[in-house]
Amino acid sequence: MSALPSASRRDFLRQCLTGAVALGASRMPEAQQAALTAKSRVVVAHDPLLRGTGSTVDASRIQSLLDRAMLARFNRDRTVDTPLAAWRRLVRPGDRVGLKVNTLGGRGIASNLELVEAICERLQQAGIKTGDIVVWDRDSQEMERAGFKLSIGGDRVQCFGSDRVDYEDDLAAYGSVGSRLSKILTRYTNVLINIPVLKDHDGAGVTIALKNMYGVIHNPNKYHPNGCDPYVADLNMLPEIRTRMRLTICDATTAMYEGGPAFKPEHSWKCNGLLVSSDPVALDATGWRMIERKRAEKGLKTLEAEQRSPRYIVTAADREHRLGNCDPSCIEVVEINAEV
Amino acid sequence: MLRELVRSQGERLPTNRSPRAPLDRRSFLMCALASGTALGELAVPACASPSALSSQSGQQTQNDEQFVVEAKFYEKLPNKKIKCKLCPRECNVGDKERGYCGVRENRGGIYHSLVHSRVCAAHVDPIEKKPLFHYLPGTVAFSIATAGCNVNCKFCQNWDISQSRPEQIPADYAPPQRIAALARQFNCPTIAYTYSEPVVFSEFLMDTADAGHQAGVRSIVVSNGYIQQDALRQAYGKMDAVKIDLKSFSESYYAKVVTGQLKPVLDTLVTLRKMGKWTEIVYLVVPTLNDSDAEFRGLAQWVKANLGTDVPLHFTQFHPEYLLKNLPITPVPTLERAKAIADAEGLHFVYIGNVPGHPAQNTYCPQCRKMLVERAGFTASTLLIRKDGSCPFCRHLIPGIWHA
Repeated sequence: MSALPSASRRDFLRQCLTGAVALGASRMPEAQQAALTAKSRVVVAHDPLLRGTGSTVDASRIQSLLDRAMLARFNRDRTVDTPLAAWRRLVRPGDRVGLKVNTLGGRGIASNLELVEAICERLQQAGIKTGDIVVWDRDSQEMERAGFKLSIGGDRVQCFGSDRVDYEDDLAAYGSVGSRLSKILTRYTNVLINIPVLKDHDGAGVTIALKNMYGVIHNPNKYHPNGCDPYVADLNMLPEIRTRMRLTICDATTAMYEGGPAFKPEHSWKCNGLLVSSDPVALDATGWRMIERKRAEKGLKTLEAEQRSPRYIVTAADREHRLGNCDPSCIEVVEINAEV
Repeated sequence: MLRELVRSQGERLPTNRSPRAPLDRRSFLMCALASGTALGELAVPACASPSALSSQSGQQTQNDEQFVVEAKFYEKLPNKKIKCKLCPRECNVGDKERGYCGVRENRGGIYHSLVHSRVCAAHVDPIEKKPLFHYLPGTVAFSIATAGCNVNCKFCQNWDISQSRPEQIPADYAPPQRIAALARQFNCPTIAYTYSEPVVFSEFLMDTADAGHQAGVRSIVVSNGYIQQDALRQAYGKMDAVKIDLKSFSESYYAKVVTGQLKPVLDTLVTLRKMGKWTEIVYLVVPTLNDSDAEFRGLAQWVKANLGTDVPLHFTQFHPEYLLKNLPITPVPTLERAKAIADAEGLHFVYIGNVPGHPAQNTYCPQCRKMLVERAGFTASTLLIRKDGSCPFCRHLIPGIWHA
């Protein structure tokens, strides 16, 4: 017989049930867990010396800032006491990890190359094969213009746009959205890490984590009316996105408070920060407040006053969507600063 | 095969080619031969494909920039924004963004069309397939499309080109003069702008119409009519005939199913009437969504009051596609009910479409009731109307352009 007879039938069933619950919980996106149970944690990490004395981001300082932010995000669980332990909570060997960057704004306001390299470094240390990491956006040319070097095939980090592999033929649909999904999402990844930028958007109000998913579909132009509401929320409900999404690391090294989504240097500021959260709604709500603070500082009207408040963030948190929390009382903002 | 060919919901692309699968030379020849055989049953000449559009020197490499021209209908706004004035949507488009149609892009405060001469579909179709029943019956039209559309109908049959961005689907560089030359080569008296939504490629349409007229080829357009008045007058002013898809007679349907508005489309029909353009109307009858007696009656009364009784009105059968796969095919009795209501309101030329062999595909003299045009599939198999456009039996003048 087996070596388990010491456990009673009742104990065995209890263990199975407990295990099943635990497994079930681990597969539920953390934003949903948070929406159901606790506050969503958003880490806002700053390093005033991120650029040293120059204008480009220092690779070692952003690696350090990322580590501190990851630790701050995951150390609610006392077993996570190193940055690598945090990454290991996120991915497992064998995962194929997509890093969805945002490159529309060119070099001025795109996901930072040094940040993406730092993430790739930690993913590999966490056991992800180099070739199983794909850095991607909708268009390869836009990625190149933002400074990314394309890399397709071989045992290297993959880096290319959806234009290289096309979109699925079949539609994915939820609510107001019916779109073909990038094959990079559906065929190259089982884990998605979202790496948006923090910026103003002339139609949507702001574009941060949730709206970055417009780069996943073939027809984003159809979903800009009405301030992108409810399209952004509906899009993020697609199972292909929702089940893969693990974390958002928003690049706020440079941010924009007005004039987006294209880069307008006169409306940008060196924010020298990162926002990290497993709850994209809470992260968007936090980023939105940061942009509003900067707008007030610059003497600009609120987005609400300009009739372009990002209502889609509220929709994403509503009873139908439950993609995360947008109520400030349900968001725990953890501010950290780099060691100087 | 016949069933596939006769569906028209908007106007369906012929099924011999997937828009996302470009044909090589060998495939094109096979396609042309195969289609020639199939279409031969309907007495239609062989088809063309975008591959036929390439120059004889061989396949061309697609360079996105060669399709880019400054758009005609827009206003510049502060901060490098623009307001599109092409369709009633009036997209406010920021720098580096595109309008709702997906084929017009703001680049540094200047709005551009990305689809001039960017032909993603080209076929030789019977003109009855548009459908235009009172315009050069029995002829064929050199039919072309680019990517893009300014609405998003949940029933679209060509959504894979109409709802795509131009760079997402194969296309050939086919400038207006080449289109005109091909139309002549294929013995087409008309060029048809169709399949997707010609409103969004207005610049290309206008230039091609000019080239066609210089070469003795006319132009017709198959459109949703969702266009601003100024653009309408300039672009469709160059057309010789127009078919408008009036998708419903209710604003709520336009908002929910079409993502557009009814009023501007009605305005388009009235303006086309004032411009003297030959116009026919198609109404796709979608079960449970736009098939009530009240809507049919309201539509017929509006047409009679605003356009007259001689405008052909086609009630066509819906087939489940795209985002409306949950609904059934329109029952033929529903179409017959729609026709009966429109007939009773006094419209003279009410047709039933997408139902092969139905007698309501034929044209009858409104005075003596004799059959004047018999149609089989997409072919006018019998055309009795005299050269002067009159009925041979009672000499009643039948509205339309019947002979070249």
